[in-house]
Amino acid sequence: MPAANQPAADVSISAEHLVRRFGDFVAVNDVSFHVEKGEIFGFLGPNGSGKTTVIKMLIGLLPLSEGSAWVEGLDVRTDAESVREHIGYMSQKFSLYDDLTVAENLQFYGRIYSLPPARMKQRIDEIVQLNGLAPYMDRLAARLSGGWKQRLALGCAMLHEPKLLFLDEPTAGIDPVARRELWDLLFELSGHGITFFVTTHYMDEAERCSHVAYIYYGKIIADGTPAELKQIPEVQPAGTRRVEISTPEVTRALRVARKIPGIRSATIFGESIHALVEDRYDLPDLRAQLLKNDIAVNDIRPLTPSLEDVFVELTYKHQADLEKSRG
Amino acid sequence: MADPFRGFGAIFYKEVLHVRRDSATLFFSLFIPLIQMFVLGFGIDTNVRHVNTVIFNGDGRRESRELIDRLANSDTFHIIDYVSTDAALNDAIVGGRARVGIKIPVDYSDRLLHNMSSQVLVLIDGSDSSVAGQAINVTTAIGLDESLRRVLTNRGAMAVDMRPKLLFNPDSRSPNFLLPGLTAILLLNVTTFLTAFAIVREKERGTLEQLFVTPVKPFGLLLGKLLPYFAIGFTELCLILSCMRFIFQVPIHGSVLLLAFLSLPYLFVSLSLGILISSKAGTQGEAMQLAFVTILPSIFFSGYIFPRETMPLFFRILSYFVPASYFINITRGIILRGAGIQHLWIDGLALFAMGTFLLVVAARRFQNKVIMA
Repeated sequence: MPAANQPAADVSISAEHLVRRFGDFVAVNDVSFHVEKGEIFGFLGPNGSGKTTVIKMLIGLLPLSEGSAWVEGLDVRTDAESVREHIGYMSQKFSLYDDLTVAENLQFYGRIYSLPPARMKQRIDEIVQLNGLAPYMDRLAARLSGGWKQRLALGCAMLHEPKLLFLDEPTAGIDPVARRELWDLLFELSGHGITFFVTTHYMDEAERCSHVAYIYYGKIIADGTPAELKQIPEVQPAGTRRVEISTPEVTRALRVARKIPGIRSATIFGESIHALVEDRYDLPDLRAQLLKNDIAVNDIRPLTPSLEDVFVELTYKHQADLEKSRG
Repeated sequence: MADPFRGFGAIFYKEVLHVRRDSATLFFSLFIPLIQMFVLGFGIDTNVRHVNTVIFNGDGRRESRELIDRLANSDTFHIIDYVSTDAALNDAIVGGRARVGIKIPVDYSDRLLHNMSSQVLVLIDGSDSSVAGQAINVTTAIGLDESLRRVLTNRGAMAVDMRPKLLFNPDSRSPNFLLPGLTAILLLNVTTFLTAFAIVREKERGTLEQLFVTPVKPFGLLLGKLLPYFAIGFTELCLILSCMRFIFQVPIHGSVLLLAFLSLPYLFVSLSLGILISSKAGTQGEAMQLAFVTILPSIFFSGYIFPRETMPLFFRILSYFVPASYFINITRGIILRGAGIQHLWIDGLALFAMGTFLLVVAARRFQNKVIMA
């Protein structure tokens, strides 16, 4: 392979124009992105949009139909075997052996990666300390709670000291406290220089990532830091602003708000409405408009868009573009 | 170059831990086949004896009573009733009380005394072909023998004296015939089911997916998973053979070592079949159904129950694709006929070829359907 294509030393993943076809179906369509070392990269998108396919391509389980990808400086097209030595992977299911103890699960993965016995013992000690698994070593994995299972799975995936970890929906189905604790752990590990590639459906988790990309029907439609994405013109068109309207009767208010010219979009968030409003209304004008329609308004505040707003706007826009191109 | 069996030791050790932790499964997989063996070995006797028979003796004189005695002494017929009308004779068979009805005519003794031919009517219930066949053979033989004795009044020697001698299973004991075949079926059961389940379980848990992203090589993975079940299968074989030899008293005429050696390719086929099933099945329920699909032809088309020679051409061809056919040939050959490697090497080779073929197909399916799916 031409060395010219090889990414810089501080890049962990470099995907260039990835394409994957299954027969006529294009599951991944010209996907390019870069993940720098030490980043927590959030890879988001609806179910069936191609997230898992991209991961499988990056870890050498699925051949690329087109394009190229480097993972930790290795070409996945020719070096898939070595790639697997250097990465860890944790899937959305708790991929542990329920009938083995915590210690046996860790030892099993130690043997899989051919760690010499002394090294294995040292690594297990380190991981047990880091993940707080010490009290549970002799317990069967089946008898751990969801959060602890996930910590054990993470421990198994990083026993061989990978520089890059793929976590496919690591927090699906575990409780909020365990979720937060797992993220705290990820930040700590990231501080040690480990790169994380995380898929998730939780927007609060996406907000915590240092870099996010959004994939929709096989194409990446957003890529950047959360702060950057909130600034892009499709999300925050020139001449508009986002506001939060607190009102006692959100459902009726939403119906009315959507009919007021100059309100481009509106959606309910708990006790309030988030709306994208043209600049021709200042906040008192807007309040007056709503009052005219018999809507009681407690408060109207300017709002910075959330990542959810970003992805919703981009999805709408992309859908509209798709329909236009189909005629 | 990297070790093509990478991960073998780790997987093997883990699999042994699974088996040890789940001792109930181990117990059942070893002992259920033995229970099946006892049920079939003690409960089924394919030799036809003591067929319920009714007699309508229209004659009643000495000659007719002699004939009845000879029938009763043959061990084939068990006389349950004497009737005195044709209708009652018929009714006994239609009603299922008797399988055979024998009518001796009024003039039986008279015709014999005048050197004329006497006809005896033998009604046979044809609904069970082996019973019917046996009844025809024995009555015909007794009739012929009776005739000859009357013709050869001067006690001269018979012109041709056929003396059939049953080789290998002189008493025609059913266990001797059934159990060597049953060994093949039970072994297939245990190994195919265990392997298929062991792999499908990892699919269900998602741990298989996890293993594919490690540097474990497919050969290391498959071999590590197979070997423990290979050992269990071999233990099962030893248990079955011991029971057969010492409890059912089936003598082994050939070499036990050769039998053990030739069972290796058969175990290999069964395990490969298990892997093939696991590449198709997504759940343990599906694996169970598929395993049954493979077990049925092994029972019906392998010669275990029905002789392969008498099958319609289509099924006879099919029987060549059933691994149990070859192994039954091997077990019966060694146990009953004392056959050696010079008679059986081709069966062993066929099994080995089948096992290799199945393993390659299974490995390819794994690559395409499981890893890349």
